[in-house]
Order: sequence, then C-alpha cells, then structure tokens
Amino acid sequence: MPLQLQHEGYSEEKLGLLAEKITCRETQASTLLALLGEPDHYTYPSIFIYGHHASGKSHVTECIMKELELPHVTVSCVECVSAGLLFEQVVMGLYGSEATALLPRSSSILDFVRVYKQLSSQEPSYQTRYIILDRAQLLRDMEANLLPGFLRLQELVDDNVTVIFLSEIVWDKFRPSTGCFEPVVLHFPDYNKGELHQILTLDSHPSYSPELYSSFINIMLGVFYSVCRDLRELRHLAALNFSKFCEPLERGEVKETDTHKLWKNIEPHLKKAMQTVYLREVSSVQWEEQQQKEEKEAGALKGLSAYAHVELPYYSKFLLIAAYLASYNPARTDRRFFLKHHGKLKKTNFMKKHEKTSNHLLGPKPFPLDRLLAIFYSVVDNRVAPTASVFSQISSLVTLQLLTQVGHDDQLDAPKYKCAVSLDFIQAIARTLSFDIVRYLYDFL
Amino acid sequence: MRASEIPTAALVLGVNVPDHDVTFQGLSELLQQSVTPFVVSVQAKECTALKHLMQKVLERIMGVDVPLNEEDEGQSGSCSVPGNRKRARCSLSSLCEWYQMAVKKFAARSPGKKCSSLGKDVLPYPPVVIIFKDLEAFSPRVLQDFILICSRYIQQLPLMFIFGIATSPSTIQHMLPHSVSSLLCIELFQSLSCTQHLATVIDQLVLTPKFPFKLTGKVLQVLVSIFLYHDFSVRNFIKGLQLALVEHFHSQPLSVLCCCKKEAVDHAQQFIHQDVERVRQLPSFMRYVENQDAEEQVKLLTNDDHVKEVCQKLIKNLRKYHKNYHPVLRCLHSLTSSLPKYPLGKQVRELHISCLEKNIWETEEYNTAMQLLRMLAKDELVAALQNCADLLRPAKSEKMKEALQQLEDYITKFDKLDQLSSEDLMEEEVTSPGKDLQKKTDLFQLQKTLLEMRESRRSKKMTPFEVLRNQVLDIVDQLVRTYLIPPETQPMNEVCYYSSSGVLRRHLNATPRTSIQTALSHPYYYLQHEGLQTDTGSISNTAPDICVVYKLHLECGRLINLFDWLEAYCTVVSAAEGKDPDSPDYGKVDELKHARFIQAVSELEFVGFVKSTKQKTDHVARLTWGGC
Repeated sequence: MPLQLQHEGYSEEKLGLLAEKITCRETQASTLLALLGEPDHYTYPSIFIYGHHASGKSHVTECIMKELELPHVTVSCVECVSAGLLFEQVVMGLYGSEATALLPRSSSILDFVRVYKQLSSQEPSYQTRYIILDRAQLLRDMEANLLPGFLRLQELVDDNVTVIFLSEIVWDKFRPSTGCFEPVVLHFPDYNKGELHQILTLDSHPSYSPELYSSFINIMLGVFYSVCRDLRELRHLAALNFSKFCEPLERGEVKETDTHKLWKNIEPHLKKAMQTVYLREVSSVQWEEQQQKEEKEAGALKGLSAYAHVELPYYSKFLLIAAYLASYNPARTDRRFFLKHHGKLKKTNFMKKHEKTSNHLLGPKPFPLDRLLAIFYSVVDNRVAPTASVFSQISSLVTLQLLTQVGHDDQLDAPKYKCAVSLDFIQAIARTLSFDIVRYLYDFL
Repeated sequence: MRASEIPTAALVLGVNVPDHDVTFQGLSELLQQSVTPFVVSVQAKECTALKHLMQKVLERIMGVDVPLNEEDEGQSGSCSVPGNRKRARCSLSSLCEWYQMAVKKFAARSPGKKCSSLGKDVLPYPPVVIIFKDLEAFSPRVLQDFILICSRYIQQLPLMFIFGIATSPSTIQHMLPHSVSSLLCIELFQSLSCTQHLATVIDQLVLTPKFPFKLTGKVLQVLVSIFLYHDFSVRNFIKGLQLALVEHFHSQPLSVLCCCKKEAVDHAQQFIHQDVERVRQLPSFMRYVENQDAEEQVKLLTNDDHVKEVCQKLIKNLRKYHKNYHPVLRCLHSLTSSLPKYPLGKQVRELHISCLEKNIWETEEYNTAMQLLRMLAKDELVAALQNCADLLRPAKSEKMKEALQQLEDYITKFDKLDQLSSEDLMEEEVTSPGKDLQKKTDLFQLQKTLLEMRESRRSKKMTPFEVLRNQVLDIVDQLVRTYLIPPETQPMNEVCYYSSSGVLRRHLNATPRTSIQTALSHPYYYLQHEGLQTDTGSISNTAPDICVVYKLHLECGRLINLFDWLEAYCTVVSAAEGKDPDSPDYGKVDELKHARFIQAVSELEFVGFVKSTKQKTDHVARLTWGGC
C-alpha cells in the first residue's frame, strides 16, 4: 500500500500526479514536502540530501519542483568551473538572463549576495525560492567561503530562499573546520531488489504485455543484482537485452507464458553481457550488432583490455626495462645484478629486515635518472651514445604514462621517476627482446 | 537508453606521437568535408584545468573569444556596460544555444545551395566532434568532469568524442572510473603500424628509379636505425631524408648532374674546366679511367671535351643501371621473402641495404636462400615466379623485357609439365625402393639398404621438374649477378648517391653531453686556437677558466671542497701567467682569480656538472660519475 502524499498547501490532484512519478520514494518525498511547508512559508535555510548514485535524489527534487510549480533553479556544480559561473546560473535561473548583467565578471559571494538582494527587492516573491545544487561535493574544492555562504543564504540576503544540496557523500565530509550553519540532512537509501524491479518494470515495451517485461526484469535482476545495483546501469542493460529475450517469441517458438524456456534462452546471454558490455569492454552498439549476426558467425568480440600490447622503439623498451628494475630492486642489489665480479650474495643474510616483504607487493619505488641510465647501459648489449633522443625517449615514456615523474623540486639536476607498468606488461616487452627479466629481479631470486 | 551515451571512437595510433598531427589533420579535414562542419581538436598541454578545456572547445567551435573570468580582470571596468552581451559564457549551455542557432542557419542555407561544400548525406543535426589528440597526457580529473558535463547536454547537443591513444586502449579504463566510462559508447579503431608506414615511404621514395637522388647503404642504415631504435616516427624519417637531400646538393658540386636525363646531359655539355677537373677527381671516375687502355686514358686526362662526352655516356649508363636494379631487387625480394627464417630479410629495405653495400651473391645468406629456393615445391615456385613476372612487367627497359619473356616461358613450361607428371609418377613408383624396406629386420641389413638408398638417390636422374627448376633459378641468379651490383662500382655514382652518414648522424642524433665534454676537455676542437693544442689527456694552462676548473673537478670524488679547488685553480692559472714558481706569491689567491674561479664554477653549475649541496656547506656535489 503506497503511502499517500498529503499536504495542506497543495491540491490533491497535483499531489496525485507527483505520487505517480516518484515510485518507491514516497517516504522521502513526504518528508521533503513536510520540510518545505506551504509555498508562502519560510522554509529551513538549507537542506542536505545524500544517497548513492541513482537513488532518485535529483529526480524526486525535480519532480516536486516541477509538479508543484515552485520557483527554483537547478545547477550542476560539475559544470561550474568557477564560482562566478555558478552565481550567474543561479541568477539567470531565478531572475532571467538580463539580470546576469548585474554580476561583475569575476564575482565573489559578496557580489552575489549584493546582486541577489537588489533583485529580490525589485521582484519580491511570496513563495519560497529554491536553489538546487547538484553534485554539491564539488563545492568543497571551490572557494572556502562558498559552502558556508550558501548554507545561510537566507539570512544573508534576507529573502525567502532555500538551498538544497544534492550529494553522494555524507554531510560529515563537508563540514568545514571553522564550523558552519548545520543544514537539515535527509538520506535517500538504496533501492532494494523489489523496488528496483518495480521501477524497471515501468519502462515496459509497448508491443509486449507488462507481465512479460516484468518476468524479463526478474530474470535480469537474478543475474545482475549480485554485481550491480545501479538503477541507471540496470536500465541500460535491460534495454540492450530485451530484444534478444523476445526473439523466440517473434519466431513463434515459445509462448509468452513459457517462462522457463525463455529463461533458458536468455540466461547464457546475460552472463556474457555481464563480462563484456557491463564492463564497457564492448560498446553497446557493437553488442547489438553482434546480437544480430550471432546465429551466423560466433566470432568473439575482443574487449578493450584485450589490446594490451604496446609497440615501442628498441631503446625505449630497454629504458622501460631498466626503469622497472630500478623501481623494484633495492639500489644496494644493483652490484649483484650488473657487475661481472660481484661475489656471492646469499639472499637470506643479505636482506635487511624490511626487505623480506616482496617489493612487488609494496609497489614501485622512485629512482634517480642516474640510476636508470646506469642500469640501461648495462642491460643494452651494444654501446649506445648518450644522444639527445635517448633522453627525449625518457620524457616521451613519461607522457605515455609508462613512467611517472615524482617530486617537484630539483627537476633539472636530479629528476626522479617511478615505473608505472605491471609485471605482465614488462615481461611481454622483455620477451620481444629475448631478455630474461625475471633473472634480474630481486624478488624472484 | 543508448541515446544518452556519448559515441566515442578510441583511435589507437601507436607510440609515434610526432606523426599523429598529420593523421588528426587529415581526419578533421575529412570529417569537415563529409560529416560535419563542427570539428574541434584539443591537446593536453593547453587543457590543464577544466575551464581551459571548456574554453578551448567553445572558442574553436564557435569561433569567438570566450574569456575566462580571471584572465580579463584588468579590463573588467567595462563589465557594467550593457554592450558586452557578445561575450559568450564559458559553459556548455551557451554552446547549446549557439548550436541551435547554427543549425537553423545551416538548414536555411542548405536548400538553396544543396550543401555544395558538404557531402550529400549531411544530417539535419550534424554532430559536434571533439578530438582529444593525446589522451594519455590529459589529467584524468579534467577528462572525467568534462565527460560528466557533456553527458548532461547530450540530448540537446549531439556530441562525439575521438580519443587519440598512443599506447593501448586499456588506458581508457585506467583513466576513467566505471561511472564515467558508462556514459561513453566506445568503439575501437586501430591504425596501421608505423613500420608499415615506413615501408610505404621507403617504397615510394627510395626504391624507385623515378628520383635521381639516392642514398648509400650507410646513410639509409642511419635513418632506419634512428627510426627503429629511437622514435618510430615516419615524419622524422622524412625530415632526415630531406636533410640528406639538402646536404647532398649543398656539399657536392657535381650534384648539378643529379636531375632528369635531359637536363643532366645539358648540364654536362656546359661544364667549364673546373667542373671537368672535379669529375676527374671522383674516385669512381678514376677507377673507370684506370680500366681503359692507354690511349683512352691520356685522352680522358687531357681532353676536356672528351671527358664531357664520356660523362654524358656514363650518366646515361647510371640511369640504365637504376632502371634494371629496382625491378630485379623486387623480384629477388618476392622470391626470398617467403622462405623460412628470412635469410635475406623480411623487408625489402634490408635486402636493398645489403645489395648497396656488397656483392649480394657472395654472401652466405644469399647462398642459403638459393639452396632453399632449389627445394621449393612446384606450386610454390610457380606462384613465386608469377609474382616476379608481375613485378617485372611495368619495367620499360629492354633487358627487363627479355628477362620477363624468359620467366614467362618457364612458367608455361612448368604448366606443360602437368601433363607429363603422371607418367613420371609411374616411373618413380617402380624405382622406389621403399617397399622392400619393410621386409628387413636385421639392423645391419637395414643400415646397408639405407646407405644404398642414399647413394642411389644422389645419383638418381633428376626429374624434368627438377631440371626446369634448376634452370629457372640459374636465370634468376644470373639476373642478380648482372643487375644487383653495388652502385659504388658504377662510374660517376657520387653524382647521385649521398654518402656522408656521419654528418647525418651528427645532425639527427645529436649528443649534447658528448659535445659539452669535448668542449671542456679539448677546447681546441671548437676554438681552433693554436695555443690550446695539447697532447691527448692533458689540458693547456691557457685554456678558458671553465675548462681548467672542469679538468680539476674530474680528479675529485662525489663532494668537492671549494677551497681546495680554488687553490688548485690558482696554481694552474699562475703557471699560465708565466710567473716564477719560486716567487712567494706564486699560486696565491688574489681577488681577480677568485672572481674568475667563482664565475667558472657557476658556469659549470649552469651546464649541470656540479650543484650546491646541503650535506657540507663549503662543498659542491658532482653530478657526473667516472672521469679521471
């Protein structure tokens, strides 16, 4: 029995329409409505709504605003590369584009408050105005006074205005160290399986019965629910795979009621989808194309990660190997590996205590350029002149993100690098040079 | 559902980043001609922050200035003037508005002109294509935010991305989390490998008789090895080729003859005495003269007009040589490139280089290749010969036509062999001793029979196929011996061949470190001042201060005591001033020397040999190792 939305300030009809749109979010919506109060009431200055990705935060807020025809503006913070842009969008949404001319070019919150005051006194409103800031977590990276300013905007501009923050992160992570006005916090929990089913069933195909679609969703959730609870992703997958599900129906082999046969037909298919299209190894277009021709040729589509092979110039390969060795071998062991008469070093008494853990578990360590070149010259079999192109190869390896540069001071004299490739990758490279890299790695001694 | 994904092409181009510019240029031109007028490309270095990326995209699509707020703070005095409505806001919503306008304009214009400039199948809503030239170099954060913003507008603005990837497509997964990459509909495209590009370039520019300018084996080797060892860049290879061309025409006066036949003959006709002398100096010409009889020799050395005539003849010969060389080279390559282990190289350039350097038929590899060819089965051999014939067909010279005729004759003979072969088979079965092998169980007997079999096989009469095979391969061998002779044996080859590989290597593969070290340890090399000339290893007292300081610092360890260094320096400099070693102020530090020393040390620091250290205050650290 769905909860009936009840509120004094709005007509039954509007609330009914609203309730239809927000499946499974009635509780949150009625709380929110209660918080907002009647249109002409002063509302609590700031409301903070958080919940996971695709849990209906923006949808519910937008629906309430649209259905009840409240004056509002929605701004996505990710779009606002500067605070000025954010203010501009807010002012434009509430007062029209002419009003933005009042804002100076690089406006601060002070300018915004001043302009807002001016505008609101020109156009007084008896209804509460709402400013909805989507992806509010990005506000934290902008100017420090922005978040506290918006939290108590009502007080600052002396107008009936409420700011609603939508975020995927809990409020605790927002609170600035200097303290601020505490908003009302509202949580949107994740949808459970039943709710997901209910929502997904909503976009049923017009040419098939809703029951059929519902059973399809049931099967699909059975496969995907354990790995993915993201509503958006599930809808995407449902849309991609429904046509395959209906194929036996179209051929007239199976009746709509024969769920078991339908299940048998689609299940291996969905499993495959989980490995490819869900991970975006294969794009959705390719997936659809493959479904079309699958009967004729079962040529396996290679995913994105199948192409891991990278072709590199000869010396770049050696530079990368040298960098890998420098990153994963302790510097003291270089003598052992690269000197002809190194004497015998046994691993057990040679090791220091902290080195007993595998270097591969600890990750790459930074090394100076000198060491890289020293190892490079000893692993390359023929003599290499220290030409400019050897050095430029190092920097091009950095731009290709196969090496990373660490530290910022002393970039000219003694730059330091880290090797950013995996063991598998370097082994593949070493194999093309017939260079036995494992023999040179301290971990595998 | 799919409509909300942004179509994305992941374009894997390989690590030869310098070549990508040309590819992207071509791609965006092609897109502009046939798909959409809205194509924009961005590079990572201009997009360090999201706002810069946004600004660049908007500016380049809309063709107007999109000021960022911070940057025009200086002129913000005019901001209250209502006239500044023209300035576009730096956000995608303004792009959306602009796009709607542009599409309307576009639609209004196109019925009249029927899209003359664009292809027929231009959509009513042409997509906006954004090319990210170097995906790896973009900051993941910027890219993620940009994609998030774009996906909000995808319904109103048909955006498309092209990612230029240098390494492997899995970079996308490293850079973008699932929540972002799920907004993209990525399809993979792979370009040809750069070695294939190089093969095409060499094929069109080097392995052709079309151009008179040629490279010797060493020069080509330098260019190819820079490509393979260092950068994989076809563009740099072409630059190297251009440099060789310029160098050749600059350094060799006789390169006036390096042009098309008619002009070359004309130029040779107009030679003055000096030019003729130059011709006589050419090593290849001298060798040619030596091989003539005495009378001719005298004529060549004294009579300028005669030399001119001979010159013309030799130039023509050289052209003929090239006309025959290239088809035969390709033939030989097509025959040997399918052999196991590639005895003569996989690529035609490898074969070319070895042919340029020595007599190919004297090499061991050639003999192995020939032996392998003599073992080919009939269908393989005929296919290979057919290939050869196809390669020889476009060649125009008489000799090549003859060779082609011979080959074709043999191919028909091989075909005729089919009718005979059935009889041969019968014959062979009779003589085949394999059958009695099964009866023998005694080891000794078995060995004996096997030996006999081998003997008999050796002496066995060759089948007609084998006879033919040997004949045709003898012809090929003859072709190789006649036409693939190294160009150095040709008189006047210096006119066309650029040979100074050292110069090219110095220019293309510079060694700054070595140059600096040479300058510091042998100042004479660059300064050419008599007083600086010394024996190897030592350095003159009168050398520039920095050289003296450098020489002294080589004798120190990792940390150098500045005071000791100064004293040593003063001693050396005092010796240079010619002071009496016994006088009391010999080697004493005065202000001038002190200042010179400080300057020299800071110069050395600037060049990167020492740096100040915090370990010991009066010391500097050496940044190079080895030395003394």
